[in-house]
Amino acid sequence: MLLFTLRRLLQTIPTIIAVVLVIFTLFSVIPGSFVSTLGDDGRTVDPLVMERMRKELGLDDPLHTRLATYLGNLAVGDFGTSFRTREPVTTMIAKRMWPTLQLVFAAMLFAMAIGIPLGFVAALKPGSLIDSASIVGAVSGLALPKFWLGLMLMYLFALKLKWMPSFGYGDGDLKYLVLPAVTLGVSPMALFARTTRAAVLEIMNADFVRTARSKGMSETRVVTWHVMRNAMVLIVTTIGLQFGGLMGQAVVVEKLFSWPGLGSLLVDSVVQRDIPAVQGTILVIVLCFLAVNTFIDVLYGVIDPRIKYA
Amino acid sequence: MMKRSALAVAFVLGLVGAAEAQTPRKGGTLRMTAPYGSSFSALDIHTSVRAQDGIWAKAIHRTLFNWDSDKNAIVGELVKSITTSADGLTHTLKLRDDAVFHHGRKLSADDVIYSMTRLMDAKKAYAGARWARFIKGAADVEKGTAQEITGLKKIDDVTLEMTLTEKTNPGFYFYNDNTAIYPKELADTPEFLQKPIGLGPFKFVEHVPGSRIVADRFDKFYKPVYLDKVIVAIMGEAPARDIAFRNKEVDLSILGPVQYVAYSEDAALKDGIIEVAEVFTRNMGMNPAFKPFSDKRVRQAINHAIDTDLIVKRLSRNKAYRAVSWLPLTSPAFDKDRKPYAFDQDKAKKLLEEAGYKDGFEFEWTTSQNESWGLPIVEAVIPMLAKVGIKVKVKQIEAAVLADTVRKNDFQAYIWSNQTGPDAMAVMNCFYSTMPQTNCNYVSFKNAAYDKVIDEARLATDPAKLNALLKQADGILYEEAHVWFFNYNKAAMAFQPWVKGLQANATELTHQYPEYIWVTDASPVK
Repeated sequence: MLLFTLRRLLQTIPTIIAVVLVIFTLFSVIPGSFVSTLGDDGRTVDPLVMERMRKELGLDDPLHTRLATYLGNLAVGDFGTSFRTREPVTTMIAKRMWPTLQLVFAAMLFAMAIGIPLGFVAALKPGSLIDSASIVGAVSGLALPKFWLGLMLMYLFALKLKWMPSFGYGDGDLKYLVLPAVTLGVSPMALFARTTRAAVLEIMNADFVRTARSKGMSETRVVTWHVMRNAMVLIVTTIGLQFGGLMGQAVVVEKLFSWPGLGSLLVDSVVQRDIPAVQGTILVIVLCFLAVNTFIDVLYGVIDPRIKYA
Repeated sequence: MMKRSALAVAFVLGLVGAAEAQTPRKGGTLRMTAPYGSSFSALDIHTSVRAQDGIWAKAIHRTLFNWDSDKNAIVGELVKSITTSADGLTHTLKLRDDAVFHHGRKLSADDVIYSMTRLMDAKKAYAGARWARFIKGAADVEKGTAQEITGLKKIDDVTLEMTLTEKTNPGFYFYNDNTAIYPKELADTPEFLQKPIGLGPFKFVEHVPGSRIVADRFDKFYKPVYLDKVIVAIMGEAPARDIAFRNKEVDLSILGPVQYVAYSEDAALKDGIIEVAEVFTRNMGMNPAFKPFSDKRVRQAINHAIDTDLIVKRLSRNKAYRAVSWLPLTSPAFDKDRKPYAFDQDKAKKLLEEAGYKDGFEFEWTTSQNESWGLPIVEAVIPMLAKVGIKVKVKQIEAAVLADTVRKNDFQAYIWSNQTGPDAMAVMNCFYSTMPQTNCNYVSFKNAAYDKVIDEARLATDPAKLNALLKQADGILYEEAHVWFFNYNKAAMAFQPWVKGLQANATELTHQYPEYIWVTDASPVK
């Protein structure tokens, strides 16, 4: 397993290189620069200051020079300095990482705690009221725009019921986390419900389940021992993919709820063309995605010992 | 007799009660909102040009001068008094002797010299250099050919001589947040970027990036400060701000056009709105390099062809004032007698015919998605222009790219919102013939008569004469119609009933001087 893990980690290197090059190229060719965005609110900006800024930030350097500098710095773990805040990007990311992880973990927890049991129950009683309700819920959950859903939750739970604050981070208190986490978690919850239902339904009709039943095994044991375990491979894969996805989707939720995570950092960095911050943030999100999915790959063997690591 | 006495007592008691109601209360927390994005730029205010950063800077830092919203004028802040030489270039500034930095040291003239020199650092590009460059010798420091600004001389700890390169009121330059005075021994330490120290009424406590800045009252501030604490919450999304405001989680909230209508029509909220005509003019700039726009009659025709009042009413939802000319309503040089271009499409057609465009023409209109001065406005104007034979090809670009596109002169027409105050002289200087297009003369305006008036204005020492000349210059801009004069921004901010002492700041409504603000005990934050 150790060899497999090492091999999987090595396989991520080309992905990381590709991501780095794509982000760099993309943000080098799109129109506008940090300097040109100054004064986009109509305030006059001094051309001389703009010229000096371009020089100071190296914006006029040839593309290959900038790329070489960027890669050189990256090789030693230096993500560069933010054009906007003039802080090291690693410092900025470090400050924002924990709130994003808090949010994503909470959203995943919510999604798994509701979605997986719901899918299971629906699959065990196909065609029942709970099955129909779970399908409707799943489709709605996937279709609801996060921005709208967040506002509705704010309206209901903050403004009308006064159960929790509508925005902010507080001191990281749980009450601030609930609404953004639910907003972010509804879509994966729906997906988990659908995936679990499909996986369980398929396994319920499998030969080995029929054999287990014919041997006189109790239904509870069939479900918990055979069905659940086999369904988990697909569910865990979905969880892994969703985890990475949520880090990206958090952009909307964090901005809406004034949550101080990577998403809100990314939004302003893109709008103001703070390229080092954009590159650093996207890279960290990609690294998290790869790390989680590598972990999931390793986890397969634990869930299902038949999966061998060649 | 008894009845009369009782009434008199009641009247006096009533007056006392009213006076008590208006007596500022010490204590409490103000929860402001920063609506222009999902973060602050930097905690080094010298680097920033964004309105978003000015919100917290007003609490923590102080500049030499300030904007007085009541007087609608620049006043001294750290500067207690100013004496100007006969040639109008040298100013002797008497600084406050009671201004103290948050780490406990008194302000000295050395801090002013240090701050201005820092702004001109040849190796760094501080946004505030735009203003410090007006000091004699500052440009040499910027170029790296000098270490000190020759135009700044310390007379004593609280007296400073400042020589400018132009005859102007230095207040217009040094009221900008990015010229804040820093403590000379601390500003270049790495800690300063994380924990700024200033001369403001509140001292920095914490910055949660992407969420808030918190500052506590600084008891050694040189004016009375009522609030205990100021929280500036970053809230870029208007609907979320709306919910938070209605839920009484924030005390101040800037309103967009949709919310402005909703709040104005809501009996519970309509009395809690502060409005001001900000010094921004929304306009469609026309590039004279594009042949039809080189003809004044075509530009005037466009101003006549658009039903501007209708757009202000329906699309801007009256959260704007119809523009007459370039200078905004709050400018001392605004001509109250001037009437805006009348909506008259027959006249527009006649002007186009005279200019040789009887069958109209087509132009490309560069726009961002901005709801107040972008695509929705362009879409409303297109059918109006079509009625006089002018076709529009829309070129939609990102807001972040608009400024760049305009400064590169890469447009036939654009729609934008431009700062047009508070320094009317500086605003009108933009259209002087020699002003580079990239500076602020975006429509490459050149007019000999205009230059003559500006030359005269530059020499004027009497403020009344200066305003009269600037009014005259504004009249030339009106006549030349180098832009479609759309509207002046009406900034509107909702406030909770317990918040008192807000200022209708025409330079930027969100920029509140928090030392004047207090909250009654009805505030839910205890």
